[in-house]
Amino acid sequence: MKVLVAVKRVVDYNVKVRPKADGSGVDLANVKMSINPFCEIAVEEAVRLKEKGVATEIVAVTVGAQQSQEQLRTALALGADRAILVSTDETLEPLSIAKCLKAICDAESPDIILMGKQAIDGDNNQTGQMLAALMGIGQATFASELVIDGANASVTREVDGGLQTLTLSLPLIVTADLRLNEPRYASLPNIMKAKKKPLDNTTPADLGVDVTPRVTQLSVELPAERQAGIKVDDVAQLVDKLKNEAKVIS
Amino acid sequence: MSILIVAEHDNSTLNVATLNSVTAAGVIGGDVHILVAGHGCSAVADQAAQVMGVAKVLLADSAAYAHALAENVALLVANLGAGYSHILATSTSNAKNIMPRAAALLDVQAISDISAVVDADTFKRPIYAGNVIATVKSSDAIKVIVVRGTAFDACPAEGGAAAIEAVTGEHDAGKSSFVSEAVAKSDRPELTAAEVVISGGRGMGNGENFALLDGIADKLGAAIGASRAAVDAGFVPNDMQVGQTGKIVAPDLYVAVGISGAIQHLAGMKDSKVIVAINKDEDAPIFSVADYGLVADLFDALPEFEAAL
Ligand SMILES: Cc1cc2nc3c(=O)[nH]c(=O)nc-3n(C[C@H](O)[C@H](O)[C@H](O)COP(=O)(O)OP(=O)(O)OC[C@H]3O[C@@H](n4cnc5c(N)ncnc54)[C@H](O)[C@@H]3O)c2cc1C
Ligand SMILES: Nc1ncnc2c1ncn2[C@@H]1O[C@H](COP(=O)(O)O)[C@@H](O)[C@H]1O
Repeated sequence: MKVLVAVKRVVDYNVKVRPKADGSGVDLANVKMSINPFCEIAVEEAVRLKEKGVATEIVAVTVGAQQSQEQLRTALALGADRAILVSTDETLEPLSIAKCLKAICDAESPDIILMGKQAIDGDNNQTGQMLAALMGIGQATFASELVIDGANASVTREVDGGLQTLTLSLPLIVTADLRLNEPRYASLPNIMKAKKKPLDNTTPADLGVDVTPRVTQLSVELPAERQAGIKVDDVAQLVDKLKNEAKVIS
Repeated sequence: MSILIVAEHDNSTLNVATLNSVTAAGVIGGDVHILVAGHGCSAVADQAAQVMGVAKVLLADSAAYAHALAENVALLVANLGAGYSHILATSTSNAKNIMPRAAALLDVQAISDISAVVDADTFKRPIYAGNVIATVKSSDAIKVIVVRGTAFDACPAEGGAAAIEAVTGEHDAGKSSFVSEAVAKSDRPELTAAEVVISGGRGMGNGENFALLDGIADKLGAAIGASRAAVDAGFVPNDMQVGQTGKIVAPDLYVAVGISGAIQHLAGMKDSKVIVAINKDEDAPIFSVADYGLVADLFDALPEFEAAL
């Protein structure tokens, strides 16, 4: 069984980004970049499927600039067998990424496609759902548990009210939520080995995909600042302030 | 222009989250229609017909839509939505599951989590955990939009008298089936709709200690939330997580207890009107957004707080 994992290069989750001075975009100069945390969970799930003997091959794919090779190498160090970079400098949005991934899936015919539920840069939470639509296959988003049984999958999903369990037929798309697993760290020997694993390059044009954006970012700005607050001395003062100053309790 | 809103409901009651999208639709302007897709859900359609400002309710009642499976509902939404200028839904886990799928079927780039409408094509939305707000403009003929509920007031649930039209033909993609649901039942208000929220973090120590929040929540009519760390540690269920990748809340009063204030948590609560933080570390980042900060051990402060209310 073949598993395809889609990973994205994003600003590290510890970084607090700021707009550029002219508001034309987010200032990403000299900022630490990482593999999107949800994609890391997706890679870990793929590796566990391989360790269980369910998966036989893991292909990691990303769409983005040449530097995204770093994140593909991370996926390879974590246990992916080979990688594909769909290389472009165009500003990418979920629909065009999904179209590139569809072209890769058409060629690779994976049984399971694992993705993150959300990329923490754009916070879109769209790409998995879009890829599932384009491929006409089932989707299990926000997954906290995945069990493969032959040609079917049982997936538990984190939903607003609690948990929901679905069964789906393969092939399917699973998008990982935080509780699906706890990703491992790549060991030094595996990081070295990853350097020798195959990494293929292609482009959206080679795949026949037009990635011209439909939604353009006109500007970015800081959110409204909160007024500085105060420290209260004790609970009595807190309750007094809430009652008589903020008037939020009676 | 005409706007289709995909209703959030449980087949018997219209979820108030839908009312935030009706308000957003009002800012965009145009005829507002509500789609109620479900099974045995005519009561929801009746409620939707009374919502102020709604011109028409489309009722798609079929077993295929009973559990809001994305493969089925997205087909329906894409099919009906082709005749509209905008398709909206409020940012629930259901909407996030269905709307991007419908958008891709329509070959449209969806716009997630809008916090403001600039004009019919232009919207604001938080990105990077809300550290910046982007203004984006869509060139698609149909705009598929997920609306951040906390950014738009709920419109009146009554005062309208829309006609209800049945939608015929069902879309059953046959790709997935519903097995079960484990939904926490609580008498407390829903997290995203509550006027007061009190959340516990890793500092609570364990799940039993969350009982310290119960008495306070009872007295304040509050919903109880949590940080990711508290959920990951198994103190409380996943549906209580507030944050960038959990639920977004903006109550009149938010009380953060034993929560450090990581950007991912702040992303989910920093638009609250009044923020209180109780933390024993005076340098905890949560104090930078708190209107009232109390540096104290929560095990002393919580019983005192409850007694003082
Ligand atoms: C991809 C990704 C997504 C994420 N999404 C979210 C999200 O949606 N929501 C979210 O909350 N987090 C999210 N996080 C996690 C976030 O980065 C933090 O790790 C998390 O919010 C920390 O939770 P915490 O504040 O409860 O724990 P900690 O950071 O460990 O803080 C515990 C606090 O409790 C205080 N404390 C301890 N004991 C006491 C006591 N007795 N009395 C008073 N105070 C005490 C400590 O001083 C400390 O400040 C995400 C992270 C990633 C990488
Ligand atoms: N450029 C990309 N290349 C490969 N996969 C991506 C890319 N962007 C997003 N994804 C996948 O889609 C998931 C959700 O991203 P998003 O829809 O942007 O929130 C990510 O966790 C990835 O698995």
